[in-house]
Amino acid sequence: MEIKKIGRAGTVESNDISIVIEPSDKKDIEVELQSAVLKQFGRHIKALIIDTLQSKGVKSAYVKAVDKGAIDCVIKARTLTALYRAAESEEYVWEE
Amino acid sequence: MIKNGVGREIPEYLEHIGKLVPYENAFSIMPEGNKVGSKLKRQLPHKSKLISSIKEAIKACGLKDGMTISFHHHLRNGDYIINMVMDAIASLGIKDLKLAPSSLNPCHAPLIEHIKNGVITSIETSGIREPLGTAISQGILPNPVVIRSHGGRARAIESGELKIDVAFLGVPCCDEYGNANGFYGKSAFGSLGYALVDAKYADKVVLITDNLVDYPCLPASINQSQVDYVVKVGSIGDPKGIVSGAIRFTKNPRDILIAENAVKAIEASGYFKNGFSYQTGAAGASLAVTQFLREKMINQNIKGSFALGGITSQIVQLLEEGLFKGIFDTQCFDLDAVRSIGQNPKHFEIDAATYASPFNAGCIANYLDIVMLGAMEIDTDFNVNVISGSDGIISQAAGGHQDTAAGAKMSVVLAPLIRARIPIIVDKVTTVVTPGETVDVIVTDYGIAVNPRRQDLIDRFKEAKLKLYDIEELKEIAEKITGTPERIKFKDKIIGVVQYRDGSVIDVLREVDDA
Amino acid sequence: MARLRRTMMYVPGNNPANIMGAHLYGADSIMFDLEDSVSIREKDSARFLVYYALKNLDFGNTETVVRINGLDTPFGRKDLEAIVRAKPDVIRIPKTERAKDVLEVESIIAEIEEKAGMEVGTIKLMAAIESPLGVINAFEIAKSSKRLIGIALGAEDFVTSMKTTRSKDGLELLMARSQVLMAARAANIYALDTVFSDINDDEGFIKEVELIKQLGFDGKSVIHPRQIPLVHKVYAPTEKEINHALRVLDAIKEAEEKSSGVIALDGKMIDAPIVERAYRTLELAKASGLYEGDN
Repeated sequence: MEIKKIGRAGTVESNDISIVIEPSDKKDIEVELQSAVLKQFGRHIKALIIDTLQSKGVKSAYVKAVDKGAIDCVIKARTLTALYRAAESEEYVWEE
Repeated sequence: MIKNGVGREIPEYLEHIGKLVPYENAFSIMPEGNKVGSKLKRQLPHKSKLISSIKEAIKACGLKDGMTISFHHHLRNGDYIINMVMDAIASLGIKDLKLAPSSLNPCHAPLIEHIKNGVITSIETSGIREPLGTAISQGILPNPVVIRSHGGRARAIESGELKIDVAFLGVPCCDEYGNANGFYGKSAFGSLGYALVDAKYADKVVLITDNLVDYPCLPASINQSQVDYVVKVGSIGDPKGIVSGAIRFTKNPRDILIAENAVKAIEASGYFKNGFSYQTGAAGASLAVTQFLREKMINQNIKGSFALGGITSQIVQLLEEGLFKGIFDTQCFDLDAVRSIGQNPKHFEIDAATYASPFNAGCIANYLDIVMLGAMEIDTDFNVNVISGSDGIISQAAGGHQDTAAGAKMSVVLAPLIRARIPIIVDKVTTVVTPGETVDVIVTDYGIAVNPRRQDLIDRFKEAKLKLYDIEELKEIAEKITGTPERIKFKDKIIGVVQYRDGSVIDVLREVDDA
Repeated sequence: MARLRRTMMYVPGNNPANIMGAHLYGADSIMFDLEDSVSIREKDSARFLVYYALKNLDFGNTETVVRINGLDTPFGRKDLEAIVRAKPDVIRIPKTERAKDVLEVESIIAEIEEKAGMEVGTIKLMAAIESPLGVINAFEIAKSSKRLIGIALGAEDFVTSMKTTRSKDGLELLMARSQVLMAARAANIYALDTVFSDINDDEGFIKEVELIKQLGFDGKSVIHPRQIPLVHKVYAPTEKEINHALRVLDAIKEAEEKSSGVIALDGKMIDAPIVERAYRTLELAKASGLYEGDN
C-alpha cells in the first residue's frame, strides 16, 4: 500500500496506542516510539509495527507511536487503521 | 556474595553501610541489648523554646556536616517542611547529611538539587517516589539508600542502628513549649504515628508549626519533655496534598471485581468471625473490600475487634457503627479519619514501633487476623515487590507491607493481573521486599492463588467452592495476553539495600542501565 | 444443555481497556458494539480492534457477540466482511423491522463463510427489535432464519417512536415486551430485554429485572459490570425451587426404574412442562453456584 497522507488511529488512553503514519523520503520504515513499557516491550512493539506495515507492502513510512500499555492485537489493529487511512483505501483484506 | 533466604545475592560488606546480615527467614533474628535513648539535657525554668526561623533553629541545634536529620511523611504530597528545611540547611553551607524521613513523596523533587550539590549524601527511608526515585536509580546519590518498612524504621531508631541527630517535625497544632498533636488546625493530618518515634529518640527535636496555640496544647501526642525548639511558619503544607476529603468508593469495575474476589476469600478463610481484626490500604480495590466486608458484617451480625493502620473514612464508619471496638492509627488518609481521631477515644493514635516493630514485647501487627496489601510484582515464590517498578526504578514504598504480612494470620495481596501490559506475576520479582513465606493469598481480577505453604487455607477455600489457580497458571494467563517482557538490564553498582523488618538484607537495588 | 443468556454485556468496540478481560465479570454473553457506541469517524478502527481482539484473546466460555452496523449504513457490509472471519459466536443485527432484514444479513454471511472456507451456518444471529414496525413483525422476524438464536428488545428508539419516554414501572413497554417475548417463544428462540441505563439505581434496576423475569424473558442486556450480579441474583432459584426440582427428577428416575408410566410427586402428576421447568431451575442453580449437579 502507498502512504498518501498522514493517517492517525488510536488514543492515549490506558491499554491503547496512538499511531500516526506519515509519508517519508527515506527508503525504510522509521518508528519513533514513546511507551510506558519501553524497556520491557519497546523493541517488540517497534518490530510489530514494522512487520504489520511490511505485510501490507509498505516500504517507506515515518511512524510516531505513543503507547499506553497496548497489547499486540491492539497495536496491530491501530497500525492497520492508521495505514488504511493514510493510504485512503477501504479495500480491506481480512485474514481467514 | 551470599545467597540469602529468598535466593538473592547479597554482598557481605557495603561501603558506607558496613557489614550486611543476609535475610534468612521471617523470624530468624533474635535481638540483643537495650533500646537507646536521646541525649540527657537540661532546660532552665521559664526559658522560651520559640525561635525566629528554621535557619536559627538549625544553628541552635548545632547541625554539622555528616549528621543525620529526620522528618515524617504525615503531610504526604503536600509537605512543605522537608524542602524548607533543606533549603535553609543548604544556605548555611552544611553538607554530607544523611536524610532519614519516614517516606518521600513526589513533592520532594527539589532534593535532587541538594544531592547534586553534596548537601545530602545518604538517604534512609521507607519509600521514594518519582522523580527522586529515577534519579536515585540512575545513581545520583553517593551512598547507597537504605529502604526499611515502617516497623523496621522504628526498630532501627530504637536499637540505635539509625541514630537521628536532629528531627524536624511539622505539626499542625502546637504550643510554644513543645506540646503538639496532629488533630487540629488548618493543616491537620491526624495521627503523628511515624513522628512519635523520632520525637522520642532524636538528640534534638525541632517542631515546625503553622498553628501556635495557647499553652497547653492538649492532647499532647508529642510532649514538651522531648522538644528543644519551636518554629512558627506561614504554612507547613498544601492542604490539597495532605489529606483528601472522604476517599470515595471506587467505581472502577476492575477494582470492584478484585475486591469481590477478595471478600469471597476472606469469608471462606475461617478468620471472618466475631472478634476478628483487619487492616487495609487506601487504594481503590482495598477500599472496596472494606465496603463489601461491612455489608457482610451487618448481614451476618459479625462484630470485629480492631482495625489497624492507615485509616480512611470507611474504617471510621465501621467504628462508629459499632462493627469494630477500636482503631489503632499510625496515619490518617482522609478528613473523616482526622475528625474521628480528634474526638473519639476509641480511635487511638499509636507510634510506628507499637504498630509494627519486630523487636519489642509485641507490636499490634502481631495481633492482626487479616491484612489487604498491594503489589507492583509478585513472583511464583510469592515474594512481593512494592519498591521498584518492573522497569527497575524505585518509585514506591515498603510501608508496613513486610510487617503486616509477617504479623497477620492471613495476608492477602490485591493486584490486577496485568497493569499497562506488564504481567504482575513473574518468575522473579525485580526487588524482593516482602518474602513469600509471609504472603498467603494473591487475589487478581482473573482469579485467586494461594501459597502452597497454606494448605489449611487451600482446604477451606476449596470447601467454599472458590475457584483457585496455581500461581504458575495465573502467570501463564497473563503472559499469554501480554507476551514476555524483556529483562531489565542493571549495572553492577549497588545503589541501595532493602532491609527486612529485622534489619537483615532481603535484596539490593542496582543502578539501572539506560543504554 | 441449552445455554443460559441471563446477561449480555455491552462493550464499546473502540475501547481496548474495556475489551480486555470483558469476560471476567461473569456475564453469560459479551457484546462488542460497532454500532451506537462508536462514532461515525471511528467505525473503521472499532472494526479492526474487535476483529483482532476476537482472533487473539481468549474469552473463556463466555459467548461472544458482535453488534454490527445496519446494512442500510455504509458500514454494515464492511463489518460483516471482517467480523464473520473473526468468528464470534453470534452477530447481532440492529434495528430489525422485517424478516428480510435478517435474511439479507444471513445471505451475506453465508457468502463470506463460503469464501473464507468456513462451514456455512457456523455463525449464529440475533436480531434487535427497536421500532413499532419491528414489534408488529416480531414473529415473522423470530422465525425467519435457522441461524437466529434470539431476539432482543431495544427500547430507547422504540419509546421515542411511540411518542413517549421510559418510566420506572415500564407500562409503555408492556405491549412490546409481551409481543417480542411471545414471538420468541412461538419460534422457540431466546428473548432478551432492553438495557436499563441508570447504573446507579440498583433498586429500579432490580425491580425491572424482576418484572421481565416474571414475564418470561431469558435475560437482559446490561451496560455495566455491576448490573451483572444483580440480574443473576434475581434469576437464581430459591432453595425451595431447587429442592422441588431435585425431587421431580428423583421421581422420574424412580418411575423409570419401576417402569411406571405415570409419575407423581406429592400426589400431583408430573407432566412435561414440570420436568422442563425442573431442568431449567437446576441449570440456573448451577450457574448461580447454588447447586453442583451430579457430574
